[in-house]
Amino acid sequence: MSATIDQTALPTQEMTLNMGPQHPSTHGVLRVILRTDGEVVVNARPDVGYLHRGLQKIAERNPYGSFMPFTDRLDYLASMNCNAAYAWAVEKLAGIEVPERAEFIRVIVCELNRISSHLISFGSFTADMGAFTPFLYAIRERERVNDLFEEICGNRLTYNYCRIGGVSADLTDGWLGKVKEFLDYFEPKIDEYNNLITYNKIFVGRLANVAVVSPEDCVAYGLTGPNLRGSGVAFDLRKDEPYSVYPKFDFNVCVGRGEKGQLGDCFDRYIVRIDEMRESVKILRQAIAMIPDGPVIAKVPRVFKPAAGECYFRAENPRGETGFYLISDGSANPYRCQIRTPSYVTMNIFEKVTEGLMIADIVAVIGSFDIILPEIDR
Amino acid sequence: MSLKDIHLDAKAIFQSLKTRFGDAVVELQETGFNPAFVVVSPSAILAVSRFLRDDSSMKFDSLMCLSGVDYKDNMAVAYHLHSMSLKHIVGVKTFLPKDDPRLDSVDSVWPAANFMEREAYDMFGINFVGSIDLRRILLPEDWPGHPMRKDYVYPESYHGVKV
Repeated sequence: MSATIDQTALPTQEMTLNMGPQHPSTHGVLRVILRTDGEVVVNARPDVGYLHRGLQKIAERNPYGSFMPFTDRLDYLASMNCNAAYAWAVEKLAGIEVPERAEFIRVIVCELNRISSHLISFGSFTADMGAFTPFLYAIRERERVNDLFEEICGNRLTYNYCRIGGVSADLTDGWLGKVKEFLDYFEPKIDEYNNLITYNKIFVGRLANVAVVSPEDCVAYGLTGPNLRGSGVAFDLRKDEPYSVYPKFDFNVCVGRGEKGQLGDCFDRYIVRIDEMRESVKILRQAIAMIPDGPVIAKVPRVFKPAAGECYFRAENPRGETGFYLISDGSANPYRCQIRTPSYVTMNIFEKVTEGLMIADIVAVIGSFDIILPEIDR
Repeated sequence: MSLKDIHLDAKAIFQSLKTRFGDAVVELQETGFNPAFVVVSPSAILAVSRFLRDDSSMKFDSLMCLSGVDYKDNMAVAYHLHSMSLKHIVGVKTFLPKDDPRLDSVDSVWPAANFMEREAYDMFGINFVGSIDLRRILLPEDWPGHPMRKDYVYPESYHGVKV
């Protein structure tokens, strides 16, 4: 008797499924409307906006400085970076000179935050792929970064540390020493992660050759940050459009190499983040050695009125390019504040790359793009 | 040839567009604008976009940001463009009448435009003709009006919930 089944005799029907908005693997309240043929995804359409708080409208109703705490709520895993990006944008608009020590402090906290953000990305991604242990390792290290931040600004999640013209307070005595201790502790851990999970056969099998994005598509669809570099495009705003004191530091731009499959697959996007943590450590060591003494904030009045004009500033955040398009009409509030967030633009390519994947791969794609919902919905 | 030689400033880009598109290129907004904006008429936006992406001296392959703006007297759409290979940056802006703001969609030029255009439609009611998918994105589909407009009046309630 033949054991083969006549495939044509089995009727198949497309099915529409809701993934989210409450789903453990969508990294927040993301709803994906799935049309599937069995386990194969015919179409996956993202539905965003569940966390919309009207931040851009709120910006128009507050003086420049008062909007700072709201930027914490853009990308809550990298609040320091969002704070600093907004401060740099306003300073560019108003032509404010920032003391050098303040710039060094910003770079230090931004790079620390990049490490902690990539740790969460790494941890939750591996948890999505069915390995829960690495998440606990990642959280253990992130706690130490949170402790460091708590010491200088009192908060562990939404820091509100940057100010227009500098930062809210100088570093506490011995803080830089503690950062150094953390770096000495943390750097060998990256190898530990690689031994633990990165080259695990099952993990690689889940990521390699999945959701390949070509470099051309990356640029056309506006992918930035590790997602762009994962496809082999060596573009990093810290190097290519240097701002703050980044030109003083020696570091590499990490790119995907198609190590385990095709260039630009989920594994490449994952490994870029792991490599970037090493580069952040490198920047931090240099910054600690070079940080000058001096004031940490310029003399800027609490409410100030930049001359009428427009500016666009973009910074390299852990998830990619965060841009602020600010328009001043000469009053104390921004006339318009458009916030360009990397995750929002990344979601645009989601429908294209998920076509024809298995449902379980959708989770890999979301994790590899490292999206965060509050900055999508703003 | 070094990168410096092929890197165009806003003035050169404006001149180049002016010779090619004539009156459709209105002015260059330079002082106080960072980056500078080339103002073009809305009817030419698609042709100008295609030229900026495809011309070998421009190569603006990346749309960084697309924003709707309400300038009270009129509306505007601002495009921030960047060239990955030539490393130059320019802004393109087009002004639209307030009562019926509509212009061609550029999502066929830069696919990244789609979500940004949907946001501008959602928040400002700007109509992007020929878009592959123009629906509200951040607000619920039945939300009244376009809240980022300067003259927006908030509704008293939404589905029986006080706003």
